[in-house]
Amino acid sequence: MTSASAMKDRGTNWIALLGNPNSGKTALFNLLTGLNQKVSNYPGITVERKIGHAVLSDQFQVEVLDLPGTYSLAPESFDERIVSEEILSWLHGPSPPRVIVSVVDASNLERNLYLTSQLLDLNIPVVVALTMMDLVEQNDHTIPPEKLCEELEAAEVLHVSVRKNWGVKELKEAIARVINEPVNGKSDLPLTLSGPVRSSLVHLTEFFKKEFGYGSRLAWAQALRIITRDSVLDGFLQAQLDGQKMGDEQIRDLQKLRDASSAELKSQGHHPKTLEAHLRYRWLDGVLNRAGKPRKLTVDRSTVSEKADQILTHPFLGPVIFIGLLTIMFQSIFTWATVPMDWITQGVAILGEWVLVFLPAGMLRDLTVEGIIGGVGAILIFLPQIMILVFFMTLLEDSGYMARVAFMLDHLMTKMGLHGRSVFPMMTGYACAIPGIMAARTIDSWKERLVTILVLPLMSCSARLPVYALMIGAFIPHKKVLGLFNTQGLTLVIMYLMGTVTALVLAKIFSYFIHQKGQSSFIMEMPPYRLPLTRSVTRQVILRSKLFVINAGKIIMAISIVLWFLASYPKLEKTNENINPIHHSYAGKIGHAIEPFIKPLGFDWKIGIGLITSFAAREVMVTTLATIYNVEAGGKDVVLLTQALQEDKDPQTGELVYSPLVALSLMVFFVYAAQCMATFAIVRNETNTWKWPFFMIFYMNALAYLASLCVYQGGQLLGFS
Amino acid sequence: MTIASLEADEIATIEGYLNEQVSQSRLVEMGLLPGTPVRLIKKIPLNGPVEIKVRDFYLSLRRKDAQNILVKK
Repeated sequence: MTSASAMKDRGTNWIALLGNPNSGKTALFNLLTGLNQKVSNYPGITVERKIGHAVLSDQFQVEVLDLPGTYSLAPESFDERIVSEEILSWLHGPSPPRVIVSVVDASNLERNLYLTSQLLDLNIPVVVALTMMDLVEQNDHTIPPEKLCEELEAAEVLHVSVRKNWGVKELKEAIARVINEPVNGKSDLPLTLSGPVRSSLVHLTEFFKKEFGYGSRLAWAQALRIITRDSVLDGFLQAQLDGQKMGDEQIRDLQKLRDASSAELKSQGHHPKTLEAHLRYRWLDGVLNRAGKPRKLTVDRSTVSEKADQILTHPFLGPVIFIGLLTIMFQSIFTWATVPMDWITQGVAILGEWVLVFLPAGMLRDLTVEGIIGGVGAILIFLPQIMILVFFMTLLEDSGYMARVAFMLDHLMTKMGLHGRSVFPMMTGYACAIPGIMAARTIDSWKERLVTILVLPLMSCSARLPVYALMIGAFIPHKKVLGLFNTQGLTLVIMYLMGTVTALVLAKIFSYFIHQKGQSSFIMEMPPYRLPLTRSVTRQVILRSKLFVINAGKIIMAISIVLWFLASYPKLEKTNENINPIHHSYAGKIGHAIEPFIKPLGFDWKIGIGLITSFAAREVMVTTLATIYNVEAGGKDVVLLTQALQEDKDPQTGELVYSPLVALSLMVFFVYAAQCMATFAIVRNETNTWKWPFFMIFYMNALAYLASLCVYQGGQLLGFS
Repeated sequence: MTIASLEADEIATIEGYLNEQVSQSRLVEMGLLPGTPVRLIKKIPLNGPVEIKVRDFYLSLRRKDAQNILVKK
């Protein structure tokens, strides 16, 4: 987003939240704005920009921007680049935020204040919110906020507890105070620069003052930062000033000055890449010392998290526990969900009967019962399963466990051409590929990020769950295995495993053909284990369910209605007992036209129509079948889809149309096929080219066809039906 | 010696970096400066990543990055 359009979506009264990953920033954002939004304990989970409104007092409302967590304004990952580019757009744009709220994890002061010290140089008032005080008191090294404020020369410093929900009112008051009477820090950079360092950087500083109109403090800070990494220089080359990028001559000048400064510093024995960090930590040591928290000369002993990790990330037990957790998760999706699923089934049936009684016979009634209630009802049944899946995923994520999984599996993932940080996006893919693909932004190496995106849609998302659940429920017998598991749950686990294993194998293959840009590293903070907040777990479950229901409401209902027309018209003049009119409908004709191509996979024309409609969204497969069977039944009652599938017979031969083998073939097709078009639109956005989404659509569909062909033909050869 | 050569629960002080690597800038920004004490928490076997505690947080890094950080006991 360009700075100009970014300005349009907010007024001049706005503030920004910035902080390290895991600082409690997103949770604080939720408390300030009350907006539904994801809270997480995993480094770098805030992958989108999020805006909300905070009511500071009766008449005073401000917009609040939440930015991804970052350790430094010198970016390393794509995520952090978003932050540093956003900040440059404030510095060069017409209306910067009135206040920056720097969210600081008080149990981890030194590293968190590093970013704060960079923010203090921006000439925007900074309010420091100290979070995680509950963790500090255990360790007993508190620091009085007013003392810290005085030493940092921030506008205000105060305590906030996101967990216990106190201090938020005071924070709002402080923000309002600072907006009304801005407090800026010193106009000179407080870091101690030696004479030779100063003279090496002075020309760069002059450039920033002259070309960008920076004040002294900001100019020195940027000079110090631009020599740390190429990414900082790139940020300036992309940045705009008064709507224009730098001219060629300016770029040449800046590059020349930067090279000269770096060379001069090197000749003095300094490392340009780490000079900023050295100077800032030296300053911070002084600040904390004077504020009453002298630097520790040792490392604290075991914490509770560490003890838990002796088991949870144990070289052997750790992976076993991880696989155990996943198995329990998928088993419970099937066992826990049955009761609420029955309620929904009954509810839909009652609603259908009610409409049959109250609406007069005719097209409207047919459309309502067959198209809308039949179609949308069939998909709503899967809401409980999706809620359970999201519930487990959120628990794993918010507790801090996912970071451990990344740590345990980095080695294995690297061998497969992926990255430790690929684990979380790929697990998110079990819920939905779209947030998963966006979460891949935290992977700092371009190659591993791309490979993760390419294979991620193979992770079975929750939209496939209705298809699996329908086919398993209808065709896989319910038998106990080893007393603990049942065949239905195990079939589901096998589908998920199939997608996951294929994703890993393909990642390895793809990584041979994609060249690395830059080097890959894996530097990840392991947040302490925390009990997930009930409110953030429920919020996440509600958010995902809402998205699912809204989808069911919009796309799925629209498709159900269109499909109902296609399946119902043209109406036959006279009804022949043996020929069902649906065969002669538009939908029937389309289905029959593609039947020859999918016959080798065991699919008939009805599934064929479903395959076409599921390009919009995978779960539409279920609604499509539901609508077709409802139309076929002629609107006498809402048809139970499972039963209809089990009893469907070929009108000519009288044989059953579907069998466990067809069901298996269809599920395998859904494991691999590229269907949800929204996913590929996101891939286009994230990779900035159509090349990769087209490649994905091609390879996934080829894989789906071949795999289904093998299952169906192979199964028949082995004598299954 | 380097962080990678420490045993679990051993404490040492960072002395510097062996080579200039990409990871170095970020590690220094996170506070892994000369004079900073670190404690090794665990190493994942077969050359897997290592976990350390430094300042007040736990950090995981790959073996090759750990092998680049010089420490003194």
